[in-house]
Amino acid sequence: MIALSDYLILSSILFCLAVAGIFLNRKNVIILLMCIELMLLAVNTNFIAFSHFLQDMTGQVFVFFILTVAAAEAAIGLAILVVLFRNRRTINVQDLDRLKG
Amino acid sequence: MGFEKFLFYCFAAITVAAAAMVITRRNPVHAVLWMVVAFVSSAALWLLLEAEFLGIVLVLVYVGAVMVLFLFVVMMLDIDIATLRAGFIKYLPVGALVATVMLVEIVLIVGPGNFGLDVFPAPPAAGVEVNNTRDLGMMLYTVYVYPFELAAVILLVAIVAAIRLTLRHRTDTKFIDPARQVEVRKGPDRIRILKMPAVVEAETQE
Amino acid sequence: MEKVYLTIVLAPLIGALVAGFFGGRIGRRGAHSVTILGVGISTALSFYVLARFIWYDLPVFNDAVYTWMVSDGIRFEVGFLVDKLTALMMATVTFVSLMVHIYTIGYMADDEHNWPHGSKAGTNSYQRFFSYIALFTFAMLMLVMSNNFMQLFFGWEAVGLVSYLLIGFWSVRESAIFANLKAFLVNRVGDFGFILGIAAVAMYFNSMDYAEVFAAAPAKADLQVNLFGGVSLMSLICILLFVGAMGKSAQVPLHVWLPDSMEGPTPISALIHAATMVTAGVFMVARMSPLYELSETALSFVMIVGATTAFFMGLIGLVQSDIKRVVAYSTLSQLGYMVTALGASAYAAGIFHLMTHAFFKALLFLAAGSVIIAMHHNQDIREMGGLRKYMPITWLTALIGSLALIGFPGFSGFFSKDAIIEAVSGATIFGSGYASVLLTFGVLITALYSFRMYFLVFHGKERMDDHTRHHLHETPWVVTLPLILLAIPSVMIGWFTIEPLLVNDWLTSGDWHPIVVHHAHDTLHHLADHWHGQWAFIQHGMTGLPFYLAMAGLFGAAFIWWLMFARNPKLDEQIQAAGGPVTRILLDKYGFDDFNQRVFGGGGQSLGNALWNGGDRVFIDGALVNGSAHSVGRLAGVARLLQTGYLYHYAIAMIVGLVALLTIFVGL
Repeated sequence: MIALSDYLILSSILFCLAVAGIFLNRKNVIILLMCIELMLLAVNTNFIAFSHFLQDMTGQVFVFFILTVAAAEAAIGLAILVVLFRNRRTINVQDLDRLKG
Repeated sequence: MGFEKFLFYCFAAITVAAAAMVITRRNPVHAVLWMVVAFVSSAALWLLLEAEFLGIVLVLVYVGAVMVLFLFVVMMLDIDIATLRAGFIKYLPVGALVATVMLVEIVLIVGPGNFGLDVFPAPPAAGVEVNNTRDLGMMLYTVYVYPFELAAVILLVAIVAAIRLTLRHRTDTKFIDPARQVEVRKGPDRIRILKMPAVVEAETQE
Repeated sequence: MEKVYLTIVLAPLIGALVAGFFGGRIGRRGAHSVTILGVGISTALSFYVLARFIWYDLPVFNDAVYTWMVSDGIRFEVGFLVDKLTALMMATVTFVSLMVHIYTIGYMADDEHNWPHGSKAGTNSYQRFFSYIALFTFAMLMLVMSNNFMQLFFGWEAVGLVSYLLIGFWSVRESAIFANLKAFLVNRVGDFGFILGIAAVAMYFNSMDYAEVFAAAPAKADLQVNLFGGVSLMSLICILLFVGAMGKSAQVPLHVWLPDSMEGPTPISALIHAATMVTAGVFMVARMSPLYELSETALSFVMIVGATTAFFMGLIGLVQSDIKRVVAYSTLSQLGYMVTALGASAYAAGIFHLMTHAFFKALLFLAAGSVIIAMHHNQDIREMGGLRKYMPITWLTALIGSLALIGFPGFSGFFSKDAIIEAVSGATIFGSGYASVLLTFGVLITALYSFRMYFLVFHGKERMDDHTRHHLHETPWVVTLPLILLAIPSVMIGWFTIEPLLVNDWLTSGDWHPIVVHHAHDTLHHLADHWHGQWAFIQHGMTGLPFYLAMAGLFGAAFIWWLMFARNPKLDEQIQAAGGPVTRILLDKYGFDDFNQRVFGGGGQSLGNALWNGGDRVFIDGALVNGSAHSVGRLAGVARLLQTGYLYHYAIAMIVGLVALLTIFVGL
């Protein structure tokens, strides 16, 4: 049988790949956003795995909300990205240093 | 090794591989497509976990909407990939190191020792009569009804925000403003009443 | 009697207020009339009170007339303690004040000449002067009539304030402003000690009231307080209070302001800086006799300071050429005599000398003022001489004053000074031998400088210029009348008052003792035991060393500055030149002024500069004010480095933090 730990290890691998992705693609905002989606996927997998093994529906409800928020976040994030590109003609994170103190 | 386990390893391998491709692809379009793969195989894994509704939603919403949106944006933007890729090799070791350390640490926690079958025995497989969608709906519309409404509001806000952010008025395009259209009044806008002296025709007098 | 006492105090105050605030409206005549009326009422009532005490045994009045506040059991009130001592002081103060008021009419008649033309400060200066001296009378009466330490302090400061105002009365003169500031500052030093003393009294007795403190004092006679090691409480209080007296009564080393105070108009030199205010310290110590009697240390201190002042300040008088300064140093010296008497527990003798001195020293000052008027405000005695025939009344009264001052037998000064010398020679406390020798030889010095001045001014060749000589004439009656009225007590008061004051224990007997003297210290009983009437006292005095010294001084002065000077007009300078370093030291006034200027003035300035540069500019401005801003700036500069604005830096920071937290979690 598949153990809970198997799912957890899978999602942790997924999560760590996303972390590595942030490190590697540090200049491309789109990839960064996708890495975040990957992380959310890993987290969602965790929730569902626990929900299944604990026989508790609440975990799935939580995933439902995370999906909602993630969709909203992706929509707004991409909209910001579009506006950013329209104004700055770039999505290179290196050029986006207006926050520098 | 049962068929179920075989399926798990298959989809797990596909998911991990696809995720790895996502973070290493040179072309963002490819990355998005690999991401779709990762999501679909994850959906399959969720099905294995008897979360049928969420698995379907993941495919529909994520693959069908979010990833398409990503794809759309990536394609729309004129991205200079070369500069964005600069430093990829340079950061590979440190990224790999951090990720590995993190992975090791997480696995130390969530490994079989803490979450193995002997700790969390696998629940019995659900019967045919169990309806995951119905159960989830029962929860959402009773206990979590207020958060559910809030989620709806969040989506609405996201829609408004996205539209407001990206909307722009271009002066060089010709378009019809419906707002002004419906504002047209009968008086000065559509009919003009002219005052003129009455002209009496001889024939009508007869 | 309460109404009488209130009237005595308030009459001069009302006069002062009217003359001060409405001086311009009521004019000169109005101003001097109203103040003289006020002081006159006070004088009359004071003498009435004194007479009641002498002949009708008036009960002692000791009560509060107004309670200002009560705080932690300590009552702050305005109250009067009127006993024989107070009555004596009141009579002396008001009488001299009245004389000075009358005299001022003449002295200040041409005051507008002392101000620059059109000077705003000079407007109504005449009225203002009267307002000040009436105000002074009020303050002095408050001081002597007080029944508690707070009111004493009020009076003490109020007389100091008026003194300050009057020394700098001619405020357009730089030297006057310097002198009044000096007087003010030096008095602050003394007052600091004084207020510490009062604070110690309030702290240990929990009362401000004289009677309560005096009653509780014997129980605390042996109390030690922890201050730089164990110190007797009584010694501490007495010495601190005496520091205040040293400032007010110009004792070494806080005497430096008094000679300079001669910058003020002569009437106030007579009233404030000779007869009354400067004797406030003497009065205060006598009033506090129940405390001082409990501390031999304090008495020794008082005695040594007094004797030092008496002798060494007299010496300076020998070399002064300003007529008022000679009298000023003489005042210092005489104050020293009084203070020494206090140290010897001969409080009655001190008060006795205070009284006689008030009369003859006021007389001498007013006479000097009269001379100054005649000389058109030239005060240099080297440019006078032979005034006797031009100003017979001034001459005669000045002679009487000088004789009284040197203690010529029969004059008032003789009785009081002989009593003091007698008492001090009988004292046994530490320092009495030193004091006795200095006081005895001080008599010689007194005679020398007094008659040096007398002969230089009134006898010998006329050294003034022709213009002045042509205008020399006797001063008007308002000036000479006070001289005559003061000359009478200068001659006679000693004869009539020595017996009750010193022999019959007028001040130390009765239900209430204005002055308390312990048996062991009672240096006056010898005098009382051998009392055979005034004649016998005079005859006895004429066999003593002080008499011969006084005569030696008198005749020596006559020989040098009358006979020799007639032949050799440069004699005075020659004597001073022969003195060499001694003269120089005397002319430098022992260097007190230089010392104060350098050490306190200069030191204060450099300390202030150091604090300004080091404390204010470097520490407060540099380190605290700008420093905190700069350090915030520097800190922010460091924090800025973290704030790169690059998204991935923040992301990486988050991830590293996550890893770190995970590590901790796993590690645990």
